[in-house]
Amino acid sequence: MQDIVIIGAGQGGLQAGMSLRQDGFEGNITLIGAEPGLPYQRPPLSKAYLKSGDAGALQLRPESFFEKKQITLVSGTLVDRIDRDARTVQAGQRVFSYDHLILATGTRNLRPPIPGAELALDLRTLEDAARLRDALDRPMRCAVIGGGFIGLEFAAVARALGHEVTVAEAAPRLMARAVSPETSERFLRMHRDMGTEVLLGDPVCEVRADGISLAGGTRIAADLVLMAAGVTPNTELAAAAGLAVDNGVVVDAHMLTADPGISALGDCAVFPDPATGRPVRLESVQAATDHARLISKRLTGKAEAPYDAVPWFWSDQADSKLQIAGLAAAGDATVTRADGAIFRFAGDRLSAVETVNDARTHMLSRKRLAGAPVLRRDLEAAGFDLAEV
Amino acid sequence: MVKVTYVAADGTRTDVDAEPGSNVMQTALDNDVDGIVGECGGAMMCATCHCYVDEDWTGATGARNDGEDDMLDCAADEVKPSSRLSCQIKLTEALDGLVVHLPEEQA
Repeated sequence: MQDIVIIGAGQGGLQAGMSLRQDGFEGNITLIGAEPGLPYQRPPLSKAYLKSGDAGALQLRPESFFEKKQITLVSGTLVDRIDRDARTVQAGQRVFSYDHLILATGTRNLRPPIPGAELALDLRTLEDAARLRDALDRPMRCAVIGGGFIGLEFAAVARALGHEVTVAEAAPRLMARAVSPETSERFLRMHRDMGTEVLLGDPVCEVRADGISLAGGTRIAADLVLMAAGVTPNTELAAAAGLAVDNGVVVDAHMLTADPGISALGDCAVFPDPATGRPVRLESVQAATDHARLISKRLTGKAEAPYDAVPWFWSDQADSKLQIAGLAAAGDATVTRADGAIFRFAGDRLSAVETVNDARTHMLSRKRLAGAPVLRRDLEAAGFDLAEV
Repeated sequence: MVKVTYVAADGTRTDVDAEPGSNVMQTALDNDVDGIVGECGGAMMCATCHCYVDEDWTGATGARNDGEDDMLDCAADEVKPSSRLSCQIKLTEALDGLVVHLPEEQA
């Protein structure tokens, strides 16, 4: 194998390149990114960066790193098509040949089909975050469409800076896709205590220059509207190349598509959840980088094991550091421990643990979830002390 | 500038001039020092920037921050009394000459 091309220069794509070098791959690595500049971290864009404005701190590796590791970074470049027969990737007039191709195309923000949606700002790229930061230099009335991680992280920062903030969530509770009803409730209270207005169960039906309107008739005046209504995976290249796409690029437990010359990783990939076998797509740094390491080990012949990493997620909202270990499904049962830690169960099996400002329980959960299934009856017998099961 | 020396698990020493105000993790990444991953970007969410502070410097770097112990529990390599998350060691002029040792494994 001589040429590996990676489409997508986010944290997962970069990790694939770095891991390949660490694992001893000596061929050519080409990392193609749509955004200008060097690869950077996205998670702080809605957290530390909004407060500090320090773009330098986001950079994952300096320019010299790419020279030293002989990773060819082609930034500011959109790939037009993949030719699987010729094993090439075309971007404008440029053609890149590959022996193996890694799709790390990530996601883009979802734009609900409502009038005026184009008036709302995004928070996904450094450019988006810089624009938002500039807008917050004077007192603003902010309306946030979507009460997920990104919307709530922005809301917490904006409110702490003294801005008026309204969050409108279409679902009946906050972060409904990611956390238990109990955790949703806890964060709802916290945001309301901060003075943020949170409106639930009423979808936004219009964005106007002076605010937003909800389907139920409520009108919210705002100078700044943030669209944080989730994301959609960038699968067009894969689909056009005839690869299976179903809420993401479909891969097996080795992160390989049906084409043995193409892998996919991170936010754009749908892979079998190691705990349940269900196809899942995760939006997290952890999944992206762990996928990248696995693909590198496979390509360099270092390991052939299927993907089995425990998922974990985090969100910083004001003084609350939410950590989630594992992956719960929508209907999983919930048990709240006396100290507030939340245990979720798929039948008798521990599926996830949600904690706030409790890194010890979080890390212990990650360790336990990595081993044999943890059973509810054993946890109950141990008083929900993970160290005792 | 603050001089920091990273000693890799195989004994290789790398001297780096750091900006005061930066931290030991970021400085390693900015200067291509292998052996520190820093996956979460300094949010104290992983333990992939684990380092051992040289015994001459443990006084100057001070005690672990809140939450650091818990994260270190999950470090890939052995945790010693001198173990720190390097993202939590802020570089000041008082740390000019700091020496840290890197573990074999981070993830």
